[in-house]
Amino acid sequence: MATATTVGTTGRTRGWQGLPIVKQVRQSVGLQRGMLLAGLVLTGVFVVTAVFAPLLAPYEYDELRDAAGPFGAQARPSGNHLLGTTVGGYDVLSRVIWGTRTALAVIVIAVLLSIVAGVLLGLVSGYFGGWLDRVLVVVCDAVYAFPSLLLAIIVAIVISGGQSSLIGGVMAAAISITVVFIPQYFRVVRAETVRIKSEAFVESARVIGASNWRIMVRHVLRNATRTLPLILTLNASESILTLAGLGFLGFGIQPTAAAEWGFDLKQSLADVSSGIWWTSIPPGVAIVLTVLGLTLVGESLNDLADPRLRSRRAVGGPPPAGAVEPGGVSVQTVVPGLPAAPGTIEGFSA
Amino acid sequence: MTTTTTELTAGSTDPTGDAPAERKRGGGGFGSYLLIRFLLIFPTIFVLVTTVFFLMRSTGDPITAALGGRLPADQLAERIHEAGYDRPLISQYLSYLGDILHGDFGTTLSDRRPVTEVLRTFGAATLELAVYALLVAFIVGIPLGMLAAYFRDRYHDALLRVFAILCYATPVFFAGLVLKLVFSVWLDWLPVAGRASTGAEIQLQTLDHPTNIYLVDAIQTGDGEIVKDVLQHAVLPAVALGLLTAGIFLRLVRTNVIGTLGSGYVEAARSRGVPESRLLRKHAYRPALIPIITVIGLQIAVLLGGAVLTETTFEWKGLGFQLAQYLTARDFVAVQGIVAVLAVIVAVTNFIVDVIAALIDPRVRY
Repeated sequence: MATATTVGTTGRTRGWQGLPIVKQVRQSVGLQRGMLLAGLVLTGVFVVTAVFAPLLAPYEYDELRDAAGPFGAQARPSGNHLLGTTVGGYDVLSRVIWGTRTALAVIVIAVLLSIVAGVLLGLVSGYFGGWLDRVLVVVCDAVYAFPSLLLAIIVAIVISGGQSSLIGGVMAAAISITVVFIPQYFRVVRAETVRIKSEAFVESARVIGASNWRIMVRHVLRNATRTLPLILTLNASESILTLAGLGFLGFGIQPTAAAEWGFDLKQSLADVSSGIWWTSIPPGVAIVLTVLGLTLVGESLNDLADPRLRSRRAVGGPPPAGAVEPGGVSVQTVVPGLPAAPGTIEGFSA
Repeated sequence: MTTTTTELTAGSTDPTGDAPAERKRGGGGFGSYLLIRFLLIFPTIFVLVTTVFFLMRSTGDPITAALGGRLPADQLAERIHEAGYDRPLISQYLSYLGDILHGDFGTTLSDRRPVTEVLRTFGAATLELAVYALLVAFIVGIPLGMLAAYFRDRYHDALLRVFAILCYATPVFFAGLVLKLVFSVWLDWLPVAGRASTGAEIQLQTLDHPTNIYLVDAIQTGDGEIVKDVLQHAVLPAVALGLLTAGIFLRLVRTNVIGTLGSGYVEAARSRGVPESRLLRKHAYRPALIPIITVIGLQIAVLLGGAVLTETTFEWKGLGFQLAQYLTARDFVAVQGIVAVLAVIVAVTNFIVDVIAALIDPRVRY
């Protein structure tokens, strides 16, 4: 009874500070915190732009003319078109802003699909082992070692035959990215599952008669997802690069269906030789900033999870409550097998 | 990490580089490692070739994809029958596997060339580009990674790390576009595109035994101007593609040097009074490079994927450029063939890299 109260109190005092990202921000110091925050801000701007694209963009992504007549092709940046117009006569700024929507949609679908598929396969494969495990490992290793863009091209051909509407294009890009990512989730979750399934608490659960499914979901999965937030951010950034790469090779979404940065860059390839910069730089910078933001978040999370790389608070400063906390956390990280979280104990007794 | 199966192939792919430290398998020297690792090439190639085959066929036959709507229905059916695409899928698959075993990766639809010939003609260009890019990656990535580790957590470190992230946050084709815009169009220092200027290219074609590796060919002509011309054309593509890998090397070297700088023997050397810069150069640096070798295996795949985009950006007539052309022409037999060839290349280079890693670091094999 006393234990239960303690667990309850710890849970309450932690509150919002125990949330994934918030915890890391509090844990980080100095430059590391700066990089994490910069990444969070960039990612935040990206998401907000995507959500409010219709309000922010001066024109539609496929608008060619307004009341004053056609925009004209390759027009220099001016008051009407802050970043000029493309070779196809679209407003560059509007297409860059609308492009965030396409990118966000693809990221969300791709990450969700690959997490579900990868985690499920990894869990089943690692838990049951046997020939299925062997086969899946060989397949995933083969796919993992292969140039992801080439694989994405093949899948894009299969799904959309190369030409795309909005839904078709987004799904084609998302699914082709998913195929590339499944092995990464699979490897991580499988390795964790193999490790966890030999833990005492799993055995105990089996002894009291829990079903395989229940053990997998309640006992193994909860403990195997430790590294997922990290892979998730890195994969989100990779999926933007893959989407842009597909677009650049002509497998993107047609300009009338949606705005896509990679496709716009492909269109601007010829402009560069004649010194026209405004059609290529803005969509490119948009890609770079978005990927940069997600990668900064991902790498900071990675460094914070690794005690060798985590920056420590300067020694000799005032020892506030916070000074105790990193030590406690690093114990958890150094000994990964230690079921330290209260959730584990609850799961065990249930 | 936990079973031998993952371990063998994961050695080359684990980005943290500390994976191959232990394998729970007694016995087995270099010979048996070599054998097992060699045998693992085949399932890898088999899986990829099979996946690609069935994926591509699930959309229908390649002739309809390439020519559908342009030929009358009866002619189309005749050509499909001629090429054997109306047979049951499983028999097509078996004969495809048989062809690959004989080194036949199919014949392109659009220009009717065997894929192996396409590989011979354009493979050298891609190889040349990949080697240049790797050079750029080494020259930029390794020293900067050491610097970042040395200045750990100071602002130099932060700048270098942001640079590293920028390197792989930038799509290669955008990096290429920016380089082109700045150095070719605005500054007019370097050529915009291609592997050599027209005059030089004609001279290179007249060689008796062209290797298609332009630098080698240019040296064969003995003309300094041509060598210079070829090198000038290579700078921007090599930098665009190389920076991608340089960022990864920088990060890897930084992480590993930080790891070794904190290890016992470096601590011991430090307590003997060895200066910090010498510690970095002599003690921490070498062991930190071993993971680089294992990561190169994975980088080959990244470079090949990046080469498709870089070559398209710079009209560098290699395999990737050709692949993009076939994609536009909807010649899916050629696409499938080139992808299968690349699968073989990736599997074989991974094998070679793993063997080299095992030679250098005995921990990998035991």
